[in-house]
Amino acid sequence: MSETPDSLTPYARSLGIEIADETGDAPILLLPFTSIAEGRPGVLHGGATSGLLETAGYAALRLELGRVGRDHRLKPINVTVQFLSAAKKRPTYALGRVTRAGRRNANIVVEAWQDDRTRPVATAVMNVLMTTPD
Amino acid sequence: MNNAEPTSSSRGENVQDARRTRFDPAAAAPLLLSQNHGGWLGLRYRDHGPDWAELELPWRADLIGEASRDVLASGPIVSLMDMASGMSVWVKMGEFRAIATLDLRVDYMRPSKEGANVIGRAECYRLTNSAAFVRGIAHDGDADDPVAHIAGSFMAIMGQRL
Repeated sequence: MSETPDSLTPYARSLGIEIADETGDAPILLLPFTSIAEGRPGVLHGGATSGLLETAGYAALRLELGRVGRDHRLKPINVTVQFLSAAKKRPTYALGRVTRAGRRNANIVVEAWQDDRTRPVATAVMNVLMTTPD
Repeated sequence: MNNAEPTSSSRGENVQDARRTRFDPAAAAPLLLSQNHGGWLGLRYRDHGPDWAELELPWRADLIGEASRDVLASGPIVSLMDMASGMSVWVKMGEFRAIATLDLRVDYMRPSKEGANVIGRAECYRLTNSAAFVRGIAHDGDADDPVAHIAGSFMAIMGQRL
């Protein structure tokens, strides 16, 4: 069962991103293929792919911070997306991994795939600033 | 801007043809931006030059990144810059061809202002036989105070050359 909890941003929910699996170290997110996520015909738009990757990156970091009892406001520093192959008319999944959470900066890697998890369609590396809540 | 275009001998006959068929983003925008992901975001054409294109992403409540602040999420800004980047490649090439984004890096300088539209301007600063290199900024009114800087690379797909 997938769900769309309030932890996703309004943008992520509008795009149709759902949580597919929360049983692992980080949630696996799901972006269904719809016309609002479509770029050239039959192919997922790179911007939608990036949105899914970033959302999965933040989801992984929030869960990791929650596990160690940290509460931060997260601000993006940068993201680099590699587009490996065209994502077709199928659901796309994404899973992030926090490679390092320092005092103020977190390094995150994210992979997105469709049918075969070992053949990612896109990857991202992100730097996220962790500030104290307002 | 230095002349980044290789000589005609290295580019073949079809490229000569391409130079005669100028890609006009203003004319192509209604088709390119009205449908699918770009249409959903409401992307609008603003302006272009020989190697750059500028689009606008209107602020909208369902595109914000945090429920507590009326600031556009980073995702739509990536989409804006990807689309503006593609258009800058097409104006530089002089024609519309299927291209694929190899990678795109976005450095976020600051959040955009609450309720503000975001303008994306991308420049294709180098075009080779096989790749196109793009840089650009996103801003919310003052191009000297960008919201984000971007850099990306693109390739022709379906067996074509740029």
